[in-house]
Amino acid sequence: MTALSRTPGMRPGSAPDRTVPLIIYTVVTSLLLFLALGDLTDSVKFPSVITSGVFLLFLGSLLLAYQWKASNVVKLLVGAFVLLIAIPDVGRLNGSYFDLAIQMCIFAALALGLNIVVGQAGLLDLGYVAFFAVGAYVWGIFGSGQFQQIVQSNLPYTPMGVGDWLIPLILTLLGVAGYLWLKSIDRAHPGAMKPQGAQRAARSVSILLIVIGVAGVLTLVATLINAAVSSYYGSHAPSLTALATGINPNFFWLFIFIAVATAAISGVLIGLPVLKLKGDYLAIVTLGLGEVIRVFANNLTKYTNGPQGITTITTAPVSWMDKLATSLKFPPEQFKLFFLYFLVLVIIAVVITVNVRLGRSNIGRAWVAIREDELAAQAMGVPLVKTKIMAFATGASFAGVMGVIFAAKQQFISPESFSYLQSIGVLTMVILGGMGNIAGVILGAIVVTWINLSVLPGLSETIQSSFPGLNSNLDPAKYNRLLFGVILVLMMLFRPEGLLPSARQQAMLHENDDTDPAESSLNADGALGGALGTGAAGMPDVESPGMSPRLENRTTGDKK
Amino acid sequence: MESLLAAILINGLLLGILYAIIALGYTMVYGILQLINFAHSEVFVTGAIIAYETFRILSPAPDAPPGSGLNPYIVFVIALVVAMLVCGLLNILIERLAYRPLRNAPKLVPLISAIGVSFILQDLLRLFEGVQGRFDLAVNVPAAFNANVVTILDNNIQIKDVLLVVVAAVMLFGLNRLVNHSKTGRAIRAVAQDRVTAGLMGIDSNRMIALTFMIGGALGGLGGVLFAMKFPNINAYSGTIPGTKAFSAAVLGGIGSIPGAVLGGLVLGVVENFLGVLSSFALIFPKLAFLAAIKSEYKDVGAFIALIVILIFKPSGLLGRNTTEKV
Repeated sequence: MTALSRTPGMRPGSAPDRTVPLIIYTVVTSLLLFLALGDLTDSVKFPSVITSGVFLLFLGSLLLAYQWKASNVVKLLVGAFVLLIAIPDVGRLNGSYFDLAIQMCIFAALALGLNIVVGQAGLLDLGYVAFFAVGAYVWGIFGSGQFQQIVQSNLPYTPMGVGDWLIPLILTLLGVAGYLWLKSIDRAHPGAMKPQGAQRAARSVSILLIVIGVAGVLTLVATLINAAVSSYYGSHAPSLTALATGINPNFFWLFIFIAVATAAISGVLIGLPVLKLKGDYLAIVTLGLGEVIRVFANNLTKYTNGPQGITTITTAPVSWMDKLATSLKFPPEQFKLFFLYFLVLVIIAVVITVNVRLGRSNIGRAWVAIREDELAAQAMGVPLVKTKIMAFATGASFAGVMGVIFAAKQQFISPESFSYLQSIGVLTMVILGGMGNIAGVILGAIVVTWINLSVLPGLSETIQSSFPGLNSNLDPAKYNRLLFGVILVLMMLFRPEGLLPSARQQAMLHENDDTDPAESSLNADGALGGALGTGAAGMPDVESPGMSPRLENRTTGDKK
Repeated sequence: MESLLAAILINGLLLGILYAIIALGYTMVYGILQLINFAHSEVFVTGAIIAYETFRILSPAPDAPPGSGLNPYIVFVIALVVAMLVCGLLNILIERLAYRPLRNAPKLVPLISAIGVSFILQDLLRLFEGVQGRFDLAVNVPAAFNANVVTILDNNIQIKDVLLVVVAAVMLFGLNRLVNHSKTGRAIRAVAQDRVTAGLMGIDSNRMIALTFMIGGALGGLGGVLFAMKFPNINAYSGTIPGTKAFSAAVLGGIGSIPGAVLGGLVLGVVENFLGVLSSFALIFPKLAFLAAIKSEYKDVGAFIALIVILIFKPSGLLGRNTTEKV
């Protein structure tokens, strides 16, 4: 608990060099951690809640290395020590911390993806976990015996009738015709802001045709793949039996990329119809779509095995990692975690790099522009739909790749893992840490995951063992909704910009302040307006001096 | 065939009335604050849980002789009154604590706060039931309410269905009087139209907003009691889906419009029931065998797709007014 109040308060700036305190902090917390785990002496035994608190304090050294002013070599050394040596060693002593560290990384990547959608582009997505589900099911189906069952349910192979492919093909052509029609309408009436009358009706019909066409394409592709797969396995029975435990696990590497692509495509498909909507409508529609994905996962029993979920999902075998783990005296049941931990570190490094690079690119600036003021951005020539779809697809692809890792780590996925609760959980991480700020979002993800997966179960355990007859409905582990809710409300009331507000935001708003020097005192507030603004009318984008007192009121969280 | 169609229509309209009542709570709050009150679904579940508790406490013991104990209609009225009071006050409390301090913040801030409140309430309700030692409730509707009134084409109409329609009609009439034909209603409409100008005209906008939340919460509580009678299996989390659908109904009818919410609720209820029994058409018409693949669970999907289609082609809803985008 102390970690919560302690770590975030540190700010960069003209602070003195803190190389020595950083080293001391890291050494002390790591010694404490190993003491708590019983690695140093067997005589000390800490309760699990305390140990997990020490673990978070220890992770705090990463944050301090990021935030404090210190020698870069030392910072690098601390980072490398914590991530590459200490956490694996802690994992060796206690597998659950390995698991926790991987989960933290998974959720950090999810939160970074959602941060692009909500924090950078200002689109509130309440069904984000749907893309996570897409990635998880992509690998889950192929990495387990599920694929064999799908194929078997299609056998014996019956050749396709003409209607099976002709009807979707005709629908596809209709869609193409609708697209061309729409283009011709738009060419004939350039610059028409609001189409009227017959033109409007024609546009509606052509859009309807396009929707039908998309459905046709999807059906056509699905039918053709289905026919090809079942005709192949219809005549190659032995290769079907070889699929009993899924396809060759080495395909895992390929599926990481397939999952990225699939999630990005579903991001585009979901984004296309809904991105015309503004703030709160978008929120409720994405909430609905998230539920829709769950309903499909529950009911497409043939593919997803319904509510029972998919079990025994495999991972890629990496023999040299296993050998390394053996020589480091890891127990064999942790080889998989050992491999996945380093894999997830690599992926999260890629995710952070992509995030930083995108944020500084044209696209990143376009996102910020849209978030700040949609109309103004449009007037400046930012293509609205394209930019929003880019945000949706990028966020979705992060979730997709983490879905694969999640499926491989859990070995079991079911629709319950991808509920509305999870979406809000990821949103809570983004909000707690600070929208739009990468370090903040990661901090939020780590803290929320830690409370959710380590503190609450630990508390439950303690309570269960001290009061054995207690009503199991009072188990703290079941109250993570309460936790998410309290975090969301309190953050909105008192610190909407998050624990670590985005520095780039503040700098950017500072730049715009030259018209009104007095505004500089409102920086924190401006950052919040920016980070949360939808660009909808009524948002104080252009702040006039007359509005300052009211805004200042808001900054300090003053409730009168 | 006729009985199936009648079933779709009857059940759809009954469900639609429920959606309409819940949707009214959303639409009134949205109309005055432009805020989706995510917590409304939990307010409505609170009403359902109050119905459960009232029926449980005031129902006669199972071994009591018939005719003993309170008249079931009185119990029903007590449940309604308590639920409306508690839910109305709960909604005022939510507004005071979680929305009012954020009145001038960017739009997403109160929205996220509303999601947070919704989650807090879900677990508080769960905690409440957890302390009592249960979590999944099966509302024990008085046996008298299950009696048949009339049978239309093989579809039984029970007393609780009649009660649902009667209560909803009375409530709608009262709401119409209040909003359109009273001084308070005019003040509420004025605040919804322009808060600042309404303030200049001497209207206390905070009070009017609180009053709107009170009315919305009371409607939610009433909807909860009726919902619990129609669908007796409830738990603390069972508000999200009906809540989202009721909001869809409000959008379908035109958000901010009271007749729109009612119309949207009825349309959504019928459409949803139609989608739910689509697979049975495969039995009647052998040529439509492919419909058998559409499971009744997909009706939820239909409701959301309907929402998206409406928002794309007619964002102002069926009865809503077109609003122009201001810079």
